[in-house]
Amino acid sequence: MDSILFLIFAAIAVACAVNLVLQKHPISSALSLIGVMGSLAALYLLLGGEFIAAAQLIVYAGAIMVLFVFVIMLLNAGTENVEHKRLWSRYLGVPLLVALLGFVGYIVQKVLPLSEGVRFGTFRNGSPLEIGKALFTSYLLPFEVTSVLILVAILGAIVLARGEVD
Amino acid sequence: MNFFILSLIKAAVVAFVLLTTLAYLQWIERKVIAHIQLRVGPRRVGPHGLLQPLADVVKLMTKEDMIPSHVNKVFYLLAPFLAVTFALISISVIPFGTEINIGSFKTAMQLTDLNIGVLFILGLSGIGVYGVALAGWASNNKYSLLGGLRSSAQMISYELPMALAIAAPLLMLNTLSFRQLVDAQGGYYLGFIPRWAIFQGPFPQIISFGLFVVAAFAETNRVPFDLPEAENELVAGFHTEYSSMKFAAFFMAEYANMVTVSCVATLLFLGGWQPLFPPQYGANFLPSLIFAAGGLVSLYHGINPARPFDRITLPITGIVFLGIAAVFLVPIVSTILLPLFWFAAKVGVILFLYIWVRGTLPRFRYDQLMSFAWTFMFPLAIVNLFVTGLLVALTSK
Repeated sequence: MDSILFLIFAAIAVACAVNLVLQKHPISSALSLIGVMGSLAALYLLLGGEFIAAAQLIVYAGAIMVLFVFVIMLLNAGTENVEHKRLWSRYLGVPLLVALLGFVGYIVQKVLPLSEGVRFGTFRNGSPLEIGKALFTSYLLPFEVTSVLILVAILGAIVLARGEVD
Repeated sequence: MNFFILSLIKAAVVAFVLLTTLAYLQWIERKVIAHIQLRVGPRRVGPHGLLQPLADVVKLMTKEDMIPSHVNKVFYLLAPFLAVTFALISISVIPFGTEINIGSFKTAMQLTDLNIGVLFILGLSGIGVYGVALAGWASNNKYSLLGGLRSSAQMISYELPMALAIAAPLLMLNTLSFRQLVDAQGGYYLGFIPRWAIFQGPFPQIISFGLFVVAAFAETNRVPFDLPEAENELVAGFHTEYSSMKFAAFFMAEYANMVTVSCVATLLFLGGWQPLFPPQYGANFLPSLIFAAGGLVSLYHGINPARPFDRITLPITGIVFLGIAAVFLVPIVSTILLPLFWFAAKVGVILFLYIWVRGTLPRFRYDQLMSFAWTFMFPLAIVNLFVTGLLVALTSK
């Protein structure tokens, strides 16, 4: 059952990701990205990371992508015009991409050899309680540093936005 | 029983009850608004217009389903589908009552008890924006686009105070599963004050409750926050170009969202199915008493009829009500029905509040709406969360 669901959602995620690149219209691409996020959330859920799944849904699919769609709609961005492709990019693009993916896959295989297969439902530390405990004990410093970083980013965004108006 | 078959049966029951509720919620809304405005409301179709929802469904289904030539067809068709899907899915994590135990058969009155139920609802409400935003954009019409943009901006803005208002009772109740949330609100102070989150120590969550209800009005695009479909500025806002069943889908999504939000408010703040006062003061006999009183009043007016039809309709209603009152006294059935009664009563009160407000308040201006969210509700929600967290930290062991 778990592996069937995994295959379904993995297929949806990959299909949406491919569609994201292939679509010409920004809104179609944005919606495909939401599809990717949603299926990723389902995959997290299958692995037992309930909190991560919910956070994925709320933060990425719910908040960030809404802003993307909002901006696309406000600017009324039209269909992307594909410019005349260069000759070498047309013929070398796909082979180079395959080579890159193969290289990355090889490196990952070398660095992190797969000792055993993934088993669904064995991970038990994905509940909000466990995540909260981990965040506020072992990972307190990274957590606080990240929040300061985000605060700085917010301040920077406000300063930049105000500067343009005045 | 087989888990799969049981889930199917439960899903069918919940879907049937939810859709009937949605249809009749609209009848109730029209009736209440009519009486607020000194009219009588629908009363042609069936007694007191009770078959009006059925007539509306037939009307919507038989209307011409036209697609304007200037729309972006894929997204135009996708938008109502998205809106109604995400609005209806949320009901799956809402518990309606305690566990049913009949002999060896045992099941919870809930489709699924996620241990992240609250987050699931928040996530779905965030995704629900796309239906409205896409509808506005795909219609390729300036009114629709403005409506869709307003709605997405409004929903993003009000989601923040709503999430913060939800977080405060969660700090006290210490769980994210709806069933455990309700269990944590059981019991009474001094023997009669219920330990619902709005009364519970160390910091009664009345401010959170107020913030949540106001934000929920904005999230569901209801008066006084129905800017996305302000008729005098935007024709009908994001659904200007929709007709027939596609319009009905948006309509249904709005009402389904209202029901979900009322359920969440009940579960988080009003103690779910925990009774208002303890059973030793007769809480278990209250439903019977209410229904019996209603039945007796009907019977009395049936015996002294004011209108010719009352001689037939009112005695029948009265006997049905007395029958319901009797059913609440049967021991095994009442253990199932009593929690359902309390839950439905609280949800009903909040839904009535929705309709009452619609009949009372005028619409906000758009800049008032935004500044209200960001300069009043957001800081208040943060202060409330901070005080709650501080008191919880000081009083916990």
